[in-house]
This record gives sequence, C-alpha cells and structure tokens, in this order.
Amino acid sequence: MPVEVRLPTVLRQYAGGRASVHANGATIGEVLEDLVRQFPPMAGHVVTEDGSLHKFVNVYKDDDDIRYLDKLDTKVEDGHLVTILPAVAGGATDQAPGA
Amino acid sequence: MGVACDAVLYLAEPAYLCMVGHCYDGLPLEACGLLGGRPDPARADICYPARNAAASAKLYTVEPRDILHADRDAEARGMEIIGVFHSHTHTDAYPSPTDVAQAPDPGWHYVLVSLRDIAPVVRSYRIVDGKIAEEPVVLAGG
Repeated sequence: MPVEVRLPTVLRQYAGGRASVHANGATIGEVLEDLVRQFPPMAGHVVTEDGSLHKFVNVYKDDDDIRYLDKLDTKVEDGHLVTILPAVAGGATDQAPGA
Repeated sequence: MGVACDAVLYLAEPAYLCMVGHCYDGLPLEACGLLGGRPDPARADICYPARNAAASAKLYTVEPRDILHADRDAEARGMEIIGVFHSHTHTDAYPSPTDVAQAPDPGWHYVLVSLRDIAPVVRSYRIVDGKIAEEPVVLAGG
C-alpha cells in the first residue's frame, strides 16, 4: 500500500507543484526509490549516489527522525506519513568580528 | 555586496517582534527560526522561533524537530515555510559564505538579524545558485 510523502517546497516543482504525493515501499528506502521512479528529477536530492541519506535532508516517519530509527531501513506501513524536510544551517562563522 | 532584486518581503509586525526578540534571547549565541506565510507575494505572517542545535556564537543549525513542527503548523494554517532567519551577533546582517553554501531552498527568503549595534538591523535576501540578492523588508500589519 502506498504511503503519503510530504515534500519540501524545493522538491515540489518536480511533482507538478504538489506538496504531497504517494509512494510505494515497505521501508523508507523503498519509498524514496519509488519517489524517484515517479519523479526522476528528484534523484540525488534525498538519497545520494552511494545510497545514503543526504546530509542536508531530514526524513521523518510520522514524528520520528529516521536517523534515530533504522534510517533508510525503517519500516513503513499504510497510514504512516513520511515527511522530507531540508536541514537548515549556516552562520557568520567565516566573517571576522566587525565585518 | 549582492545585487538588489525587484521582490519585496512583507513581514507582519508580530512576526518581526517575535523574530528580533528571539534573537536577543539567544545571546550570546546565534539564534534561528523559520518564517511561515505565503510565497507570492511574499508575506511572512508567522515567526517560528527554533532551537539552535549547534549552540554556537558563529553557527546555527535549526533543530530538525522544530522544522517539522513549523512545517506542520504552517500547513495546518494553509501556509508554508517561506524562509529562515538567524542572528549575527557581531557582524553585518549579510549572508556569510556558510549561509550561502547551506541555503537549502532557492525559493526561500533568508533574513539576517544583526545584533552588532545598539539597534537590531534586519535585512532579507534571496540566495539562488550562490548569488545573493537583497530585497526590501516592509513591515506590515499583523
């Protein structure tokens, strides 16, 4: 059964502007693979070429960050909500005080 | 400095006060948060103060759980996350190379709050393909 996948705004352009789509899979990894099958331009944005979760992306199964579950092997079932969100970071670190 | 762009960010006054207040509350560390609203025309109606998971005076990382909660709340209100704000405790309200390199969404508005001087300085930018374009910030009624 497909699960609902909520997309970050930066990826919605690849899904016809939709904020939410459905994808099939028994694990988060399979769901993300199906997502890319449906929307090929998403390739590389969530899972890297070596098959790991992109470090600037957070993925949730309901309210839980998959990094604290089984990562891409986290099991999902009908009714779960998968949410993809960007990691947000930065800072003034490269600027000298008074710049 | 970056180039000016034609867009304007309307910032609801309560969101502005929340944002600046959160930045002061975060001193001596950098503070951060998200802005919720509507993208076109760009209007930030809600400030979502967030935890700085980096807990640093030079870096910020928005606590991932706070991103999730903000995203869900914005959606429930029929809005979306349209940008991020963070403070620079001792430097200009201008995106650093780190800010540019880690800008997650070219559609977002990147608001900097400088606390270097007595009065806070708030400036907003679009960051697209590494290019910085400043946009005017207009305070709007909440």
